[in-house]
Amino acid sequence: MQRSKGMRALALVGALAILVTACSTTGTSGGGGGGASGDVGKGFAFESTQFTPVTEQEAMRQKILGAWKGAAIEYITDMEPVIIDRIIAEAKAGGTGQIGIIGLENGQFGSIVAGNYLNDLSKVVDRNKDKKINQDMLTLGKFGGSQQLYVPWMQATYFLVANKKALQYLPSGADVNALTYDQLIAWSKNITEKTGQKRFGWPLGNTGLIHRLLQGYWYPSYTGGLVTTYKSSEAATMWEKIKELWQYSNPQSTTYQNMQEPLQSEEVWVAMDHAARLINVLKAKPDDFIAVPAPAGPKGRYYMSVVVGLGIPKTSPNVSGAEALIDHLLKPETQIITLRENSFFPVVDVKLPDDLNKGLKLEADAVAKQSAAKDAKVVPLPVGLGSKGGDFNKAITDTFQRIVVKGESIQTVLGEQAKIVQQVMVDANAKCWGPDGTSSGPCQVK
Amino acid sequence: MRARTEELLPFALLLPAIVFLVLLIVIPMVQALFLAVQADSGELTTDYLNRMTVDTNFSDAWRNTLLLLVLIVPLQIVLALAMALLVHSRIRGHAWFLYVYAIPLAISDLAAGILWLAVFTERGYLNTVAQGVGAIDTPRVFLSFESFPSLLAAIVLAESWRATAIVMVILVAGLQLIPRDFFEAADLFGASRIRRTIHVVLPLLRPSLQSALIIRTIFAFQTFAVVLALAGRNMPVIAGEAYAWYANNRNPHVAAAYAILLLLFTMVATVLYLRVLGLREAEVKR
Repeated sequence: MQRSKGMRALALVGALAILVTACSTTGTSGGGGGGASGDVGKGFAFESTQFTPVTEQEAMRQKILGAWKGAAIEYITDMEPVIIDRIIAEAKAGGTGQIGIIGLENGQFGSIVAGNYLNDLSKVVDRNKDKKINQDMLTLGKFGGSQQLYVPWMQATYFLVANKKALQYLPSGADVNALTYDQLIAWSKNITEKTGQKRFGWPLGNTGLIHRLLQGYWYPSYTGGLVTTYKSSEAATMWEKIKELWQYSNPQSTTYQNMQEPLQSEEVWVAMDHAARLINVLKAKPDDFIAVPAPAGPKGRYYMSVVVGLGIPKTSPNVSGAEALIDHLLKPETQIITLRENSFFPVVDVKLPDDLNKGLKLEADAVAKQSAAKDAKVVPLPVGLGSKGGDFNKAITDTFQRIVVKGESIQTVLGEQAKIVQQVMVDANAKCWGPDGTSSGPCQVK
Repeated sequence: MRARTEELLPFALLLPAIVFLVLLIVIPMVQALFLAVQADSGELTTDYLNRMTVDTNFSDAWRNTLLLLVLIVPLQIVLALAMALLVHSRIRGHAWFLYVYAIPLAISDLAAGILWLAVFTERGYLNTVAQGVGAIDTPRVFLSFESFPSLLAAIVLAESWRATAIVMVILVAGLQLIPRDFFEAADLFGASRIRRTIHVVLPLLRPSLQSALIIRTIFAFQTFAVVLALAGRNMPVIAGEAYAWYANNRNPHVAAAYAILLLLFTMVATVLYLRVLGLREAEVKR
């Protein structure tokens, strides 16, 4: 019957290596059926961490790839470690593999960039110049080198969603479109005092994105940095504030993987999360909710930009086919379909249509307001951590767990966790990024 | 010639199983061992074992895993025994019981966890029903890190629901192996149902109980998906930590260290059961 998934995952690596050695060099077609005529080349697998819900996968296959005339594509979604292991296994097996192209978040590229498993896509970017791909995102896709290791595909961000029932409890003088973290705390406190319910929520479940909220929102907004300021006095102040907000947070937060479900069931009234993890509730009840920019801290209104990029492994069975697919996915009309169907925003210069779904419109407005706010500052996902990205996320999630949930001393925890963070930076040889500025060697905790 | 074939036959029959075990169990096990103590550069190190033991979740994970083990295993054995005796009793509809009891077997453990989450969550079925009949005014939060007992109770309940059936199936099979003659003999001597169960059924069921205990204990060590669904980060368990280190933190070395530890403990438990409940030599000769 069941075996632990930890063991299973380990066994998987071995099993995959065997399978891949057995299959990859025999040149079987990876085709997802039909459509491919002689000159478009061999079919291939498109592996991605995005669009895991079945409806989104269907939209990808039927709509986003609807007008695609090239080689047969099998769109497969899987978890990051599985995709990365598969690419590494295919590379180690030699020859060409099954995976023709991958679609991962910026931060998920780390270990395959470090392992040099990807093609340079500079030519693809050149021939798509007229589409005006977002320049900052193109830079991110170079990982500090000269090669274009991924081409931006789509983007998302995190913002705040609130049930309209909560609006009456806003502290006086607060503008919901330009909140501060202090006002957010006062708001949540007010809700708890007036209704007796704890209605703020955190995505603290095992697959929740709490680490991103800390890395891209709380930390920079309070300290103006992340790694360099990890144990600064501003950081200590921030943790005090988070502890204060925690008193008014639903204690089931530790089970929330995404915030759209507790928002829809009304266990939670106010929450921040990734756009893709909020869209269902906004689409289901667009009249009951508002979507607004993230709050601002003493150092500004920091927000995190999530870029999903397309990369082509060196073992791709059909490089020109995969490059043609990038052309297709970057077409303005394809980008609009991607937004309509799966709620990811375009990375090319395109005007949003007027007839957007109400929920999407809410998100689009929140995103626009967030980036246009006068105190807005954008932060990328952690850069240059390679395979150590997970250790970094754990370090910061553990800090939250220990200080906020377990109630350990802020100074002690920051001191101990800062050492772990520093070790991660040294092990990954990661220079400072984003709000921390730049550094010559590994980023230093001060 | 013929004698030689007969000599070889047992080995030939064992061969597929041995190949299977070596390829899919022994080799990955040895690999996991090396993964836990070998750095990427190839030198031996205790870094990963250290990282595991100093981790903030390590002691909690151990405590929780053992706690679940002591709570769930005895409960399930008793429940399963009662269910097996009921199914075996040949009362009207006994086959129906078997099918109903076996339903959870068909459900994946994560699905079972999510199902129970829908029951216990703040806006879940339990609260809705309790509120509907007027037992409570406002929904109660059962799955909170603040109330460890109710969280634990929810997990024990969900795990028992999910995995008692497998124990029952083993015990039913064991019961069916007991020759009817023994029951008839007991009846003839005027033994009551209870005495018959204690003095005839339980001793003869020992081999099945042993297998059931071993399997159930191993599963309890590996308890993972139900806890993950119901408690999230609130209740770290060993198998869950191994998974988190592998999948979320991308550190297969520390994950392997957890896996090896799990392996050691399951082996100790198995040997213990084999010694305590094993058939003694005199009984085998019977």
